[in-house]
Amino acid sequence: MSIAVALRHSFGTFALDGAFKIERLGVTALFGASGAGKTSVINAIAGLLRPREGRIVIEDRVVLDTDAGVFMLPQQRRIGYVFQDARLFPHMSVADNLRFGWRRTPNRMSEDGIAHIVDLLGLGHLLERAPNALSGGEKSRVALGRALLSAPDLLLLGEPLAALDAARRSEILPYLGHLRDETRLPMVYVSHVVDEVARLADEIVVIREGRVEAQGPVFDLLTKIDGSIPTLGAVLDARVDAHREGEGLSVLTFDGGRLIVSQIMRDVGRRVRARIRAEDILLACEEPRAISANNVLPAIVSALRTGEGAQTDVQLACGATKFVARITQASAARLALAPGVRVFAIIKSVIVDSSN
Amino acid sequence: MLSPVMTAVLTPAESQALLLSLRIALVAVFAALPFAVAMALLLTRTRFPGKIVVDGIVHLPLVLPPVAIGFLLLTIFGTRAGLGAWLFQTFGIRFVFSWTGAALASALITFPFQVRAIRIALEGADLGLDEAARTLGAGWLDRLVNVALPLAFPGIVAGMITAFAASLGEFGAIITFVSNIPGETRTLPLAIYTALQAPGGEAEAARLSLISIVLALIFMTLAEFVQRRMRRS
Repeated sequence: MSIAVALRHSFGTFALDGAFKIERLGVTALFGASGAGKTSVINAIAGLLRPREGRIVIEDRVVLDTDAGVFMLPQQRRIGYVFQDARLFPHMSVADNLRFGWRRTPNRMSEDGIAHIVDLLGLGHLLERAPNALSGGEKSRVALGRALLSAPDLLLLGEPLAALDAARRSEILPYLGHLRDETRLPMVYVSHVVDEVARLADEIVVIREGRVEAQGPVFDLLTKIDGSIPTLGAVLDARVDAHREGEGLSVLTFDGGRLIVSQIMRDVGRRVRARIRAEDILLACEEPRAISANNVLPAIVSALRTGEGAQTDVQLACGATKFVARITQASAARLALAPGVRVFAIIKSVIVDSSN
Repeated sequence: MLSPVMTAVLTPAESQALLLSLRIALVAVFAALPFAVAMALLLTRTRFPGKIVVDGIVHLPLVLPPVAIGFLLLTIFGTRAGLGAWLFQTFGIRFVFSWTGAALASALITFPFQVRAIRIALEGADLGLDEAARTLGAGWLDRLVNVALPLAFPGIVAGMITAFAASLGEFGAIITFVSNIPGETRTLPLAIYTALQAPGGEAEAARLSLISIVLALIFMTLAEFVQRRMRRS
């Protein structure tokens, strides 16, 4: 599925003026600070905001074209929306909330399909409850289930985790991961938390002050050091290569090398996403021997950026994969780092998202 | 169930006036309800030129002398001319000198109470829920019936109870429009008035007034109770 969005709108002094296009829509994150206009963008996609000027095409359906006078009503767009504040109907039980959209869609999911989603989201014991009796995390899950049962072509997630504390967040994140892996439903997800984006998104659209500042695949964009988006050490599209049962370790391969990580519960051959923090990468000019770190990767410096303070971000090329090491400015000077210099990246720790 | 108690405490004329009052108020409230809902929706959900004027007309019965409203109804629904004559000749419907006319007058007088309560409930409605319903495929009538009105239900009930209690007290419009006919249009307030017209009727008037006070207290408390529950949820 593809989506093309072009919008121009103003709210008082705030102006929204941006366009982006995604050819193969998986999970796209709209990333930006609060107030950047992310929610306005998905409201326009849903049809809840009618922009002054704009054109939105989802696959081959033109849902908005102000020039041609086309404005498809939200109820005709077949776009699911999980609101930040859940917005469950307080006068209906959880079960009736879940089936609200299901009852109104022409392509109704079977009872087995419903049972599967109820199970996937862990809602079985909540069905008879009233929404007011649910915790924040439970409300988010019900809202997610309700949107899924309406069998949408596209799912919008309006920062459904933002209202939750860290514990609740980590309660929902795995469900979103399952959803991405299982349903293959295209999603547009709003977030201002880079770790969430790194974990869930395939494609990132960076929005700043109502404009599209950058766009790209998650594996490339988060290792950019141009300041458009907070930098991570690496986001890797990796494959489980082997398990070393006796040592409690697993071996991952990626386009550029191998990584040894704590054993993960995934079968050999499965793809996983691994993240590395920029602070967890050390650099050495000679190959370190007798070192406790399991992962030392040869790489070539491709760019440097000295930000505020004493830090320097060093972008490295390791095969086709980019890494970023965050070191002190003093260290960068001492090692005489410059584009083209060969280094060894010592990786202190790797985060692997195994959603099961 | 009530009748043995009533016949023990009240005279036949008193219980007749009481039952008539209750019947007229009940019919008035339910007859006005769909119009009140429609008017409240018009005033909360739409924008149109002259809305202030419509709003003013709806609230007019609150400030107009009820006698004037009764007179107005008499000129419109009198069987000798105009709408009243047409209704009478075509359908045999006659409001004047009939309890249905009393219900019509009560409905008109208490209309603002209902519109006001429903309007407050609708204005307090979370528009976010309406948006959620839209993204789930619900059209406007669907959202009205399944989301907006159920959520406004406590407000609607509170408005109905207030209007019912106010109906029980209506005097001027009823006596002007449908006169004071025992068993047909003589409600509690008209019975009190009649008692006072007769020499030595003060005791009778006092008893009837007491009944009115008790009734009003019951229904106002009920309305307040419903409204509090609404605020809590």
